[in-house]
Amino acid sequence: MNREHLRALLPFMSLAILLAAVFYMQPRAMSYFGLNLLFNLAIPVALATVAQMMILMINDIDLSIGTFVSFCACVTATFVQSDPVIGYAILAGAILVYAGMGAIIHVRKLPAIVVTLGMSFFWAGMAILILPSPGGSAPDWLRTMMTAKTPFLPVAIIAPIIIGLSMHYFVKRSALGVLLRGVGGNEQAIERSGWSVLRLKAVAYGIAGLLCVLSGMALVGLATSADANIALRYTLLSIAGVILGGGEFTGGRVSPIGAVVGALTLTLAASFLSFLHLSSDWQIGAQGAILILVLAARLIFTRREATI
Amino acid sequence: MKMIENKIDAHATHSALVRGLVSFAKKQWIWAYFAAGATYFVTLLVVPTGGGAGALLYAALTFASFAVIVGVGQMFVVTLGPGNVDLSIPATMTLAGTLALKFMDTDSSLVVPGILIAIGVGLACGLFNFSLILVLRIPPIIATLSSSFLFQSLAIWSNRGLRIKPPEVLANFSTGGFGGVPNVAIIAVLVSIVGWFVLERAIAGRWISAVGQNQRAARLAGVPVNAVRLGVYTGCAVLAGLTGFILACFSGGANLNMGTEYMLMSIAVVVIGGSSIAGGNSNVPGIWGAALFMFLIVSMLNSYGLGAGVRLMLTGLIIVSVVALASRTGRRP
Repeated sequence: MNREHLRALLPFMSLAILLAAVFYMQPRAMSYFGLNLLFNLAIPVALATVAQMMILMINDIDLSIGTFVSFCACVTATFVQSDPVIGYAILAGAILVYAGMGAIIHVRKLPAIVVTLGMSFFWAGMAILILPSPGGSAPDWLRTMMTAKTPFLPVAIIAPIIIGLSMHYFVKRSALGVLLRGVGGNEQAIERSGWSVLRLKAVAYGIAGLLCVLSGMALVGLATSADANIALRYTLLSIAGVILGGGEFTGGRVSPIGAVVGALTLTLAASFLSFLHLSSDWQIGAQGAILILVLAARLIFTRREATI
Repeated sequence: MKMIENKIDAHATHSALVRGLVSFAKKQWIWAYFAAGATYFVTLLVVPTGGGAGALLYAALTFASFAVIVGVGQMFVVTLGPGNVDLSIPATMTLAGTLALKFMDTDSSLVVPGILIAIGVGLACGLFNFSLILVLRIPPIIATLSSSFLFQSLAIWSNRGLRIKPPEVLANFSTGGFGGVPNVAIIAVLVSIVGWFVLERAIAGRWISAVGQNQRAARLAGVPVNAVRLGVYTGCAVLAGLTGFILACFSGGANLNMGTEYMLMSIAVVVIGGSSIAGGNSNVPGIWGAALFMFLIVSMLNSYGLGAGVRLMLTGLIIVSVVALASRTGRRP
């Protein structure tokens, strides 16, 4: 096995170890319902993580994902539920704004980190305007879909597999995916071979926006209501998920399946800590410690490989 | 002969003046001051009271100071190059403020050890951050993010959400002023002067910029790259600890989310101030302009009596527009 293989395997191994620890402490989790409960909230996190991956793939970073997903959740719990036409129009408009943001960042050569920080205020404001106090309700079909009793495997397992595989196909196999990774790897080379980097960046941001919309909708389907701060953690979770999954900050080196596994690992870490009966003071800290441990493990594997 | 000399002299001063003006206008950080000035006057137009101008300036100086102190630290980190950002600033602020105030326990005689504790906490946080970056080779964004979780837990564990009051002396000092200038602003100016000196006049600043422009080239040129990075990360955390301490005294006690807004603020003031987010090219004066601008925007929108939602939206749009207008194409390497 070479270094690439080990790198690709590491996210799966961390997930497996964490899962084994959870099963050891709570054997009853080893069931259809147990798994569903453990990974339930992983679906929106996984969608937000692959959205962040789209942005990291072209060497940018999106710090507005948390507030944007919250905004989408608020729209879903209000307009999509009561006036579907207006609701979907708002969401479509939001995706266009995302694509436009990518275009402006490219044309004016702006630092993505600042533009997305600024936009995070914008989305937070919009979310508060739409839903000033927690509330709203999920559209019935969405609720049914998220809580469906699928045979053999629960939705919470099937959905991440579908997300991971379809993103893998798109990013690694399709022509557009190769071009987008090319933008991350060598922007000038893509430009000189006749492609419009402007258009490609707008497409990458647009797809990220679409994935965030899906994430917000999935979240409302699970939580049945929304509030303006419902997904604020997603900004940091999504970055951590991509990196845990073996992605890099630069060079278009990302792994869609790894990113989904990273999101699952982070969600599981939270459940694991609640099984430990850890004092709530240390919950956040322990999550940080798990993140550090997994990243340290990545280093050990790379080093061991390097010495061979 | 004399006349010719005079003429040459006058000519020289004239062209020097023009050159000075041109280079002045070319400075990225000027835009932050323009934006801040414009916001100041627009706000004054709607402030009804007569003494509004002075009071607004005083408030702006006070609140900008906190952003400036953390901003100077963040600026040095950003200068180190792409991917270098300290996301643990809010957690470090909270932890330092909490532990120091808990130790002093409103006892005015313990002020000096209290300050030392705040600085010590900052030092420890910075060392921890950098050891994650260096030893475990974790990308700085993720390293400071994960360590901020740990710092936050420590802060929660140590005071369990209770608000501890600062000693009388410190509360008076941090809310007071000297000669019409808030004390915190004086501290922030001192920090900025030291920051400016280190960045522009000291060998350390040349090293930091060199690392930010090309780390490999810097290493080959004999710059002690890791020592430079260590210094920058610990320096940033110490400034964060100090800000946390002053902010806790200023706002009548440390609480758990007192640092939250400074994560965004510290990055925003650096970039709006005209430093390159890609690293290697930073400046200190812009941080002041940007910090004043950020505060004045919020107070302008407040004085128009807008709701929280509209206020946030406009803040976001204004930040993005200022960044878009102030940037010049080709600035990013």
